[in-house]
Amino acid sequence: MAIVYQRSKGLTDVEQHFCPGCTHGVVHKLVAEVLEELDIIGSTIGVASVGCSAFAYNYFACDMQQAAHGRAPAVATGIKRVHPDCAVFTYQGDGDLAAIGTAEIVHAAMRGEKITAIFVNNAIYGMTGGQMAPTTLLGQKATTAPQGRNKEQHGSPIRMAEMLATLDGCAYAERVMVADPASIVKAKRAIKKAFTLQLAGAGFTIVELLSTCPTNWGLTPVEATHWLKENLVPCFPLGVFADRAEQKEEVR
Amino acid sequence: MAKELWKGNEAVAEAAIRAGCRYFFGYPITPQNEIPEYFARHMPEHDGVFVQAESEVAAVNMAYGASGCGARVMTSSSSPGISLKQEGISYIAGAELPVVIVNMMRGGPGLGSIAPAQADYFQATRGGGNGDYRTVVLAPATIQEMTDLTQEAFEIADLYRIPVLILADGMIGQMMEAVEWKKPKPRKLPKKDWATSGTKNARTHNIINSLFIDPKDCTEHNKKLQEKHDLIAQNEIQYEEYRTDDAEVLFVAYGTTARICQAAVLKLREAGVKAGVFRPISLWPYPEQALYACANRAGVKAVVCAEMSMGQMIDDVKISLAGSKPVSFFGTGGGTFPTPVELMQAAQSALKGV
Repeated sequence: MAIVYQRSKGLTDVEQHFCPGCTHGVVHKLVAEVLEELDIIGSTIGVASVGCSAFAYNYFACDMQQAAHGRAPAVATGIKRVHPDCAVFTYQGDGDLAAIGTAEIVHAAMRGEKITAIFVNNAIYGMTGGQMAPTTLLGQKATTAPQGRNKEQHGSPIRMAEMLATLDGCAYAERVMVADPASIVKAKRAIKKAFTLQLAGAGFTIVELLSTCPTNWGLTPVEATHWLKENLVPCFPLGVFADRAEQKEEVR
Repeated sequence: MAKELWKGNEAVAEAAIRAGCRYFFGYPITPQNEIPEYFARHMPEHDGVFVQAESEVAAVNMAYGASGCGARVMTSSSSPGISLKQEGISYIAGAELPVVIVNMMRGGPGLGSIAPAQADYFQATRGGGNGDYRTVVLAPATIQEMTDLTQEAFEIADLYRIPVLILADGMIGQMMEAVEWKKPKPRKLPKKDWATSGTKNARTHNIINSLFIDPKDCTEHNKKLQEKHDLIAQNEIQYEEYRTDDAEVLFVAYGTTARICQAAVLKLREAGVKAGVFRPISLWPYPEQALYACANRAGVKAVVCAEMSMGQMIDDVKISLAGSKPVSFFGTGGGTFPTPVELMQAAQSALKGV
């Protein structure tokens, strides 16, 4: 009998710890499938971060390093400089990449570090229990913004894909969502493009994935996907913000 | 081999290159700027990599990543920058990675001064970051010794999979001295089969990690680290004695201060006072037993701990001597250093006090 679908070889068989309905599992699957399809599982080194993504080192079948909070792009820089022929990616949440790790992600992009950042934006701190993230929407309630985020006190949400896209070293920046089958297919395409451009030497690549956190949003998984589309997408528009695919040739 | 004149900061960088270090990640800070500058100029000649990071925090994490790939790697800074590296050093220790870190100490706390000091002793020897861990701390007193110890540091780091700190000061970094290049004693080093280099689909994945979420696993990890620390304490103690055989007053000092103490010893002996210097070279592991033995020889009446700080290593001196001898202290903090005359007077008043 023909096998039409199976678990990606890019994933280990370790049981994942994610809450029911959380889309981290989907993003893991997409990255793993891309590694498998590009036949680079054996030549990829991933960097897990701090947050719900911490245990990514147990789930991806490629070699992995675990980084301090926010420092994954710096760790990835060290890895890539030793192994320029390997694919190197970071897997980071919004607290990690857009708060404590802003310096590291901005300067990895500035240097045109040939890595791929997989940026899971669910607008909340998941692992620590629902605190306000830099991507939390105005009015959105969090344990550290019990009345909802207000602009006067906390400022407005940060749009990382657009911000990083302004840097010449950023070869590719796209924001996608993982909210339904069609958007998941598009998300995988973006991840594949980012890895392909990294391997071509174009520069820094990032895919920001709007994701759900039903547990800390206080919604059912299905409600959460609707909430994502109705609330996150208007604030964080989907699309390609940087595509400097020919950058390597331009430099020459 | 002929002796060459080398500036300390450049010599420590060259020593790293000679030890096979091909990756350096740094950030500018006085008084150690010649270190990253030297690597920036010379790494390309060795197909090596120099990256000027956006911060000391990033630099030490780049070192973590490169070391996790099995490379010999160095990062350097001076006191305030070393404070920023403490998070990374804790992770490096936790993940058991070999990294060599140079601290050309300057005056503190805070921005302090840019002049030489020894005020980071606590931070270096007590673990400046979170958790139960140790770094091997080597304190050179001359540029010659710094080149020797730096090469040895890479061997120690690789042998035990532990961060090794070269703890010098702005004086050693900035001055020039004669250096004869030597090779460290060869050690049998284990294969780095733990490194992340891509599985090549030939093995299960390697993981570089300091997270042990189950407290039982974390306890086991801590026990394993402690066994390693015990082994290092058995094998890696280094110290030097200067004219201690007949000494009635004993200086205990490291690095630059130990050299000034040697000058004070000569002055004291001219004045008829038999003085000597006990100089710890490894600050961790500390030469406790050797210091106890030295200070408890028949002639020793008084011990003077001298530091370019307000008194930090003196804690280890007191622990080592366990109340067996009176210990007095002479220190200068903030970027000034003691003169031989001041040390001479400190020794004389210590002798009067007993």
